[in-house]
Amino acid sequence: MVAKSNPKETKAKAAKEPNPKEANTVEDTANSGRVNVTINGRQVQAFENMTILAAASMAGVKIPTLCFYWGLNDPGACRVCVVEVEGEDQLVAACNNKVYEGMAVKTNTAKVRKARKLNVELLLSQHNVQCTSCVRGGSCELRLIANDLNISEVRFRKGKKKPVWNRDFPLIRDASKCIACWRCVQVCDNMQASHIWAMKNRATHTGVGVAKAQPIEQSLCTICGQCITHCPTAALKERDDVDRVLDAIADPDKITLIQIAPSVRTSWGESLGLDREKATVNRLVAALRAVGIDYVFDTDFTADLTITEEASEFVERFTHKDSYSWPMFTSCCPAWVRWVKGNHPEMVDRLSTAKSPQQMFGATAKSYYAQALGVDPCRIVSLSAMPCLAKKHECALPTMNDACGAQDVDVALTVREIDRLICADFIDLENLAEEDFDEPLGIGSGAGEIFGATGGVMEAALRSGYYYVVGTNPDPDAFAVVRGQESWKEATFDLAGTPVRIAIASGLGNAEKLIEAIKAGEADYDFVEIMACPGGCVGGGGQPISKDLGIRAKRSKVLYDLDSNNAYRFSHENPAIVKIYDEFFGKPLSEKSHHLLHTDHQGWGMPNA
Amino acid sequence: MPLSGQEKTAAQRSIEDIYQKLGERAQVGATTTCPVELTSAFVKMAASQSCGKCVPCRIGLAKLAGLVDEVLEGAATAASEAGEGTIGLIEELAESIYLSADCAIGYEAAAVAYTAVKAFREDFCYHIERNDCMADAFAPVPCVTGCPAGVDVPGYLALTAAGRYDDAIKLVRKDNPFAVACALICEHPCEMQCRRGMVDGPVNIRAIKRFAADRAQNGITNTAPFQLFPRNAEPTEKRIAVVGSGPAGLTAAFYLACMGHAPVIYEQRAQLGGMLRYGIPAYRLPREALDAEIDYLLAHGIEAKTSVSVGKDVALDELHAGYDAVYLAIGAHAASRLGIDGEDAQGVISAVDLLRLVGDGDAPDFSGKGVVVVGGGNVAMDVARTALRLGADKVTIAYRRRKQDMTAQAAEVEAAVAEGCGLLDLHAPVGIQAKGGTVCGISLQPQMISVIEKGRALPKDSGADRLTLDCDIVLVAIGQRIDSGAFEQAGIETSCGRIVATGGAGLPGKAGVFAGGDCVTGPATVIRAVADGKAAARAIDGYLGFAHPISFEPDIPAPFFKSRIHCARSNMTELAGKDAHKSFDLVEAGLLPDEAAQEASRCLRCDHFGLGALRGGRQVSW
Repeated sequence: MVAKSNPKETKAKAAKEPNPKEANTVEDTANSGRVNVTINGRQVQAFENMTILAAASMAGVKIPTLCFYWGLNDPGACRVCVVEVEGEDQLVAACNNKVYEGMAVKTNTAKVRKARKLNVELLLSQHNVQCTSCVRGGSCELRLIANDLNISEVRFRKGKKKPVWNRDFPLIRDASKCIACWRCVQVCDNMQASHIWAMKNRATHTGVGVAKAQPIEQSLCTICGQCITHCPTAALKERDDVDRVLDAIADPDKITLIQIAPSVRTSWGESLGLDREKATVNRLVAALRAVGIDYVFDTDFTADLTITEEASEFVERFTHKDSYSWPMFTSCCPAWVRWVKGNHPEMVDRLSTAKSPQQMFGATAKSYYAQALGVDPCRIVSLSAMPCLAKKHECALPTMNDACGAQDVDVALTVREIDRLICADFIDLENLAEEDFDEPLGIGSGAGEIFGATGGVMEAALRSGYYYVVGTNPDPDAFAVVRGQESWKEATFDLAGTPVRIAIASGLGNAEKLIEAIKAGEADYDFVEIMACPGGCVGGGGQPISKDLGIRAKRSKVLYDLDSNNAYRFSHENPAIVKIYDEFFGKPLSEKSHHLLHTDHQGWGMPNA
Repeated sequence: MPLSGQEKTAAQRSIEDIYQKLGERAQVGATTTCPVELTSAFVKMAASQSCGKCVPCRIGLAKLAGLVDEVLEGAATAASEAGEGTIGLIEELAESIYLSADCAIGYEAAAVAYTAVKAFREDFCYHIERNDCMADAFAPVPCVTGCPAGVDVPGYLALTAAGRYDDAIKLVRKDNPFAVACALICEHPCEMQCRRGMVDGPVNIRAIKRFAADRAQNGITNTAPFQLFPRNAEPTEKRIAVVGSGPAGLTAAFYLACMGHAPVIYEQRAQLGGMLRYGIPAYRLPREALDAEIDYLLAHGIEAKTSVSVGKDVALDELHAGYDAVYLAIGAHAASRLGIDGEDAQGVISAVDLLRLVGDGDAPDFSGKGVVVVGGGNVAMDVARTALRLGADKVTIAYRRRKQDMTAQAAEVEAAVAEGCGLLDLHAPVGIQAKGGTVCGISLQPQMISVIEKGRALPKDSGADRLTLDCDIVLVAIGQRIDSGAFEQAGIETSCGRIVATGGAGLPGKAGVFAGGDCVTGPATVIRAVADGKAAARAIDGYLGFAHPISFEPDIPAPFFKSRIHCARSNMTELAGKDAHKSFDLVEAGLLPDEAAQEASRCLRCDHFGLGALRGGRQVSW
C-alpha cells in the first residue's frame, strides 16, 4: 500500500498575507486595468489600485520609507515616503495612496526633500540615540534613513520617553527608542491574533504600550518575537543572555553543552556577513567550540526523538479515537502553546504531550548523557541556540526540570545572541575549518532537519507514522505536498486504508482562523501542525532581522536540501535514536519517556512569567 | 490709546482668524479626546489671554498647565499616605486661582479646570498610575463615531460621488435600514463631528444621502423589484415578537430577519412606522417614501399585525410565552400637559394627537382658524407648519424662553417663520379662555430670561402686563411621555415612565425580554432609535445562541486629493413660492447634480487619511 499524496487534495487556504492590503504585485493585479502614470518624468503603465510606491518601483524609482512594511503596515505615519503630485499643494504619502490615470509624481522636489528630512529630524529629537551601544547596530532603519538623508544635526530640543519595563521578561521594550511606526501593533493584531500592543496615551503623547496598560508579564503575550523582527529600531529586543553563557564557560566546575536547532543553521551567517554556502552548520559547530563550549549537539536528534514519541502518541490516540478530542495538535512551538493556553484553554488537552525538541534535549542531556559522561548533571550547563524568543520562557517553566531538579535547559539563546557571542570573539569564520557534531546527541535525520519549516513536523511525523501503521517505509518524499509557505494547508493521506486528515498553519492569525473553523464545524482534522511564526522557525522571532520578504523561503530551502542529502530520511531510522531506546528509554511512550520526554500542559497557567 | 474707527490691522485680522479657527475646531470637537489633554490645552489657551497683572492668573495658570502636563508625561505623583499627590495640588491651585483671581480671564479658566479635574478624576488617576489613557482610542472616522448607528459615511459618500447609488443606499442599510427616511429627516449628528468643519464647514452629509436616495433603485421612488439586503443565515425558526413599529422596532425586526429569524411586529395603530408616520409630517417625510421603505423592510421576512395593542388585546405574558424573545419599542406617544386653566376646552389639542390624526388621514380642518402653538421644540415647529397646511388663518408660536433657547433646530424655526408662522418668544401660557367649552383665546405672561441652571437659561415673570391672544385652536407641544402603564402592570421595571433596560437592551430579571428606542431613552431622534434597534437585534441574536454577522462590503472608490481646496458647503433649499405651506408635498429640494458632486468631493476621507489609515476606515460587518 502506498501513501496517497495527491497534490490536488492539498489546498492553500487564506493564502493572502495576514492583513490583506490592496494588490501591489504584478501577480495580484494581472486582471486589473492599466493606468498611465509619470514618475520623475518616466512614463509607466501601472495597474489600477496600485500604490504610488509600487508604481514608482515599477518605474525603477526608489522612494524612501520608514514606517511602511510590505503587506503589513502602511499607516502613512512617518511621512518619509511623501511625494509631490502634480496639481496638489500638499505632499502625498506614496505608501498608501493609489495612482490614477494621468497622475504625475515627483519624488525629489525641494518640498519633498525638506519635508522628509525634517520628519526624520523630528523622530530623532525624540529617539534615544545610542547607536554605539545599541543591539540593532547597522540594521536600524532609523539610523539608515537618517544617514541616507544626510542628517548631520538635530535642531530641536531633545526629549525622550522614560522606559519602564520588566527586564527579566524575555521580550524587552525600550520606549525611548520607539518611533511609533505601529508595525508591532499591526503584527500582533493581524499576523499573530494576540493584540498585546496598543496605542497608548493620546494627542502629542501618543505612543505604543501593552494594551489596557497591563504589565507585560501579566499579559497574554506569546513571546513569539515577531514584533522584534518587524521593529525598525531597538525599541523591541530580546533579553540578552550572552553573559550568562560566558560566565558558564569561564567556570571551571561547569560543563557546557549546546544544542543547535534546525533553522539556526539556515540563518546564523546572515548578520555575520558570511555567504550562505560558507555558513554551514559544521562551521557553526566549530565556531561554538572556538568560543569555548565543551560539547556541541544537534537538536535534530531530539526532533527525531519528538517524532518517535509524537507519532506513537498519534497512533495511540488514533486507534482509540473515542477517548480523545480532535484534532491532535503539535506542541513543539512554545509560542503556540502559550497562545492556545491563553486564548483557547479548552483546546489544551488536544495538544500532544510530547515535549519540544529543545526540552527533550535538555532532559536527555542531563540524564542519559550525564550518565554516559559519568558526571553529576548539576555540573552541566545546558544551552540552546534557537530561532525563537519563546524558548527562553519555555526552558524556565516550572514543569521543565525533570532530569535532575534544575532547569533541563539553562539558557536559550536566539540566533541574534549566538551571532553576538561569536562576533565578540573575532573568530575568522572565513577560514575556520568545519567540524562535526559531538556524538551521540549530534546525529539527526533529514526528518529532523525539516522541523524548522512550516509543514516539516507534520511531514516528519507522517513518514514515521506511516511506518508504525503499515510496517514499511513510504517514499520519503511521499508527503512533499505539505511543504511550502502557504499559511494554511490541508491534505488527506491514506494510512493502511484509513484516511488521515491533516492541516498545517503558521502564523497565529492563521491558527486563529483554523481554530475558529474547527469550532464552527467548518473544518475537521485528525492531526494539525501549528507554528506561531509565519513560515515556521525559519521565520522565527529569534532569527536575524531581515527585510527580505523572500528570506523564509531561502532559509527553508537550506533545510529541505539538507533533508534530501541526509543518509537517514526517517526519524525512526536514526541510529542514535534506535540506540537510546535500546539503552535508556525502552520504547516510545514508556514510563521513562513519559517522565522525561512528555509534559503536562496543564501544569502551569498563563501568563506564568 | 489712540481713538480709531479705522480698518483693522493685518495683525488684528490674523488674531481674529485664529480665534475663529479655534472656535471651529472646538465646534467639531472629537469624540475620543482625552479629557486630560483637553484640560491642558484649555488652560494654556486661557493663559495666553492673561493680561499679566495678577499672580494667580499670570503664574498660576502656567503652573496649572505644567502640572496637567506632568500627568500626561507620566511625571506626576500619585496620591498616597504621604499626601494628595499631583492631583491634589492641581485641585488646590485651580481652586485658589478661582477664589483669588481679579477678573474672569483667570477665575473662569480655573473654574473650568477645577470642574474637569473633579469630573474626570478617574481619567487623571489612570494617567498618573499607568501612564496611559483610558479613553477609547478606536474612533478613526469622526462622522462614523458621531452617528449613533455607526453608518459608514465616507463609504456611501464615495459611492454616491461615483454614481453607484444602489450600493450607497445598501451600504447605509448595513447599519441603518431607514436610509430613505434618514435621507429626509435625520438630525445628522455625524455632521457635528465632520472634520471638514475644521477647514470650511462640515460636509452636508444628509444632502448627499438624499441625492443617492433619490436615485437608488430601492430609494425614495421605488422601482421594484426589491434588491433585498443579503440575508446571511439559514432560517433559524426562532420567532421574536416586536412591540411597536417605529424606527427602533422596525430596525430590530429588519436585522433579525436578515439574521434568519422570524420577527412578528405588534402595532397598536392602524399603520406601521411609529413616530415616522405619527410624528413627522408628510411635507418632511412623504408618505409614499415612508410606505415604500417600510414595504422594502417587510419584504425581508417581517410579519406585521396592526391595530393590536399589547396589554389590551394581547397580554405581554402571552407574547413572552409564545415567542423565543420579545422586543419592546413602544416609543413615547403620550402628551405632556400644560397644567393651566382651560386646558380641557374643546380646541386644545396635543401635538401628538394632531400628528396622529394627520398620520391616519383624519386631519381636522383648520380653515379660517387662529392657532396658537405652545412649545419650542422640533415638534412645535412641525405642528405649526402642519396647522398652516390644514388651512389655519394665522399660526403663532408661543415660547417661554428666547428664540435662541429653543430646542428645535435653527433651520426648522427659520422654515416655520418663513412659511408665515408668528413667533412670540419670552411668553409663557398661563390660562386658556373658552366660550361654551370651546377655546377662544390664550393668556400669556411676558417673561424675562434669567439665571442659568444645569446649562439652561431659566425664564421668569418679567413684570409686564399679560397679553391675551384670540384663537380657536391651541396646540400643545411641550414634550412627550411614555405610555408604559400596561407594561408596568405586567411586571416591567420603569423609572419616571421609562422602561429600564441594561446595556445590550436586556431587561433586568426578564430573560428574553428586551427594550429600546424612545420608551427607554425618552423622546430622542430617529437615528438614536435605529441604533437601539440595531443593538437589540445583536443582543437578541446572541440571546438565542447565535452570532450572525450583518455585512456588506462594496468596493469603495479610492480617495483623491482634490478635497483640500477650500470650498463652501452647499445647502438644500426649501421649496420657493408662497403656496408651499398649503400642501403636504415635500418642501425640501435635493441638491443639483453639480452641487452634489462638489459636496461629496469636500469629504476629507477620514476612512483613509488620518487614523483610518492605521486602524482601518471601516467595519464591513457587525
